[in-house]
Amino acid sequence: MFSRILIANRGEIALRIIRACHELGVGAVVVYSEADRDAPYLQFADEAICIGPAEPAESYLNIPHIISAAEIADVDAIHPGYGFLAENINFARICQDCGIDFIGPPIEAMQLLGDKIEARKLAREARVPVVAGSENSLENESEALKLAEKVGYPVMIKAAAGSGGRATRVVHNDVGLSSAFSEVRAEAEAAFSDPRVYLEKLIVEPRYVEVQVMADKAGNAVHFYERDCTIQRQYQKMIEESPCPVLDERGREELCRAALKIVKKAKCVNAATVEFLLDKDKKFYFIEANTRIQAEHPVTEMVTGQDLIKWQIKIAAGETIELSQREIKHSGAAIQCRIKAEDPANDFKLSDGTITRYIPPGGPGVRVDSYIYQGWTVPKDYDSMIAKVIVHQKTREQAINTMKRALSEFVIEPTPTTIPVCLDILSHNLFAKNKIDTGFVERNF
Amino acid sequence: MAQNGADLQTIKKLIEIMRENDLLEVDIKLVGVEVKHGNEKILLKRSQSLGPTVNVVPMAGGKTSSAPAGPGAAKVSVQSTASGSPQAGNIVEIKSRIVGTFYAQPSPESPPFVEIGSNVTPQKVVCIIEAMKVMNEVRAETTGTIAEVMVANGQSVEYGQVLFKVKPGR
Repeated sequence: MFSRILIANRGEIALRIIRACHELGVGAVVVYSEADRDAPYLQFADEAICIGPAEPAESYLNIPHIISAAEIADVDAIHPGYGFLAENINFARICQDCGIDFIGPPIEAMQLLGDKIEARKLAREARVPVVAGSENSLENESEALKLAEKVGYPVMIKAAAGSGGRATRVVHNDVGLSSAFSEVRAEAEAAFSDPRVYLEKLIVEPRYVEVQVMADKAGNAVHFYERDCTIQRQYQKMIEESPCPVLDERGREELCRAALKIVKKAKCVNAATVEFLLDKDKKFYFIEANTRIQAEHPVTEMVTGQDLIKWQIKIAAGETIELSQREIKHSGAAIQCRIKAEDPANDFKLSDGTITRYIPPGGPGVRVDSYIYQGWTVPKDYDSMIAKVIVHQKTREQAINTMKRALSEFVIEPTPTTIPVCLDILSHNLFAKNKIDTGFVERNF
Repeated sequence: MAQNGADLQTIKKLIEIMRENDLLEVDIKLVGVEVKHGNEKILLKRSQSLGPTVNVVPMAGGKTSSAPAGPGAAKVSVQSTASGSPQAGNIVEIKSRIVGTFYAQPSPESPPFVEIGSNVTPQKVVCIIEAMKVMNEVRAETTGTIAEVMVANGQSVEYGQVLFKVKPGR
């Protein structure tokens, strides 16, 4: 087991990793920017090192500063969390060159699965259904046009190096295809230095379901079941739950087995999430895989009773997964609401200011993953998510009930947050009846 | 790209040129480079003594040993400027802009760059901070007298850490 780990991240995930480290008896070193100087989790860490000013490029994305911090703190490994450098191949390579373990996948798996076109090819080879579309990157507009007509509109033009909905366009007919094609290429070049694009048939009103997989260095891979993340706004997840309420056991098994196939074929190690779309007939299609821990991991932890961050650390330290798939069970229903410092009444504009009253919820079945406190000021430089509320009950209905209770108790003043929108979604008839799709939030809120 | 705007390719080319032409020292001021923290220079000194290898991101070799590179190894120092605007009567702080290990002297046998009472001018090198095997020279960027040395030789320093307190004045 490692003696010391450096956490190259901030906020709630940094705190989450500190907690896992301490329970494992591992020293936790955390880096911070000047904007996070007063973050309380710094005190929980065994050492905290300031690595730069507020701007992410000069701090949380500053590889030399982070590696220097790892060296002066004499750590064995770095946990990158999610976002920032978590899927940065260059960073993983530098860690390797510096003799520091990167708590994540091998570089080859990151490269393979990070390239959406290659990932689709891999899925096809593994006989996992993929959304109909291009086999390779689109050379030019006329190729895109031909393919769009073949698979049928509406289609999506996406960037090979993209993720999280960036550099993506929906095209409804050939009139819009030309501009969409060049726009996505330009965005992809600007954002990822990789202009390659591909095309997918748009699945109408899909559900978004992902499977949590964990693989060790010996080649063992298990899944921890699925999460339904259909409640999204502009490709950002808002509410996640497990199990997927519309899958039966057979559908679940098929989906999870498909996810395992992909992770094994990519020789991925450590945590990975395989993402699928579910169409109206409950057929699933692979869209992409993420080789990092995700913000919604607590939902899986609640229904399986497994600590995913500890698994990540143990696997990186060389431990093997002694559990068989049969021993991993899911029980009950869990829901997570991401609370963001955004004003729903003001087009979800980022709220700023200082939180003068902060009273988190509690009680049976409630877990709060957050690092903020009374007196804390929302920073402008980072993601707007300030807290995650997770509930776990025996049934989905009970979980919804507990979440509504918990959110009504949650006081964050005077800063506007997305708590009211979450409450509205949870109370919505269609959400209760599972008649939602990825467009639900934008249509109704 | 290396810290403070210095181009890794440029540094590598310079080292090549030095080797080929048997140069001992090259001192270059970067002009026209987008400068964020102040004036930027590249100073390369070729010494016969063992010193850390030139390695700017990405780096080869283990993290634990400062692998001696052998005779002819170039020691690259990229100026990392300090902050602190002189205000009459107030103490000016020289802070670190990087994360690394503080060295008060250029080599173990040498005297320290500065001590309490030493006069400094903006270009005066006050210490070295070693980060990822690169020795970064820190310049005073102010005029005055060293009033206090805030860190010890060999101590780890973080971004923003106060290294020296300077009493401004001529």
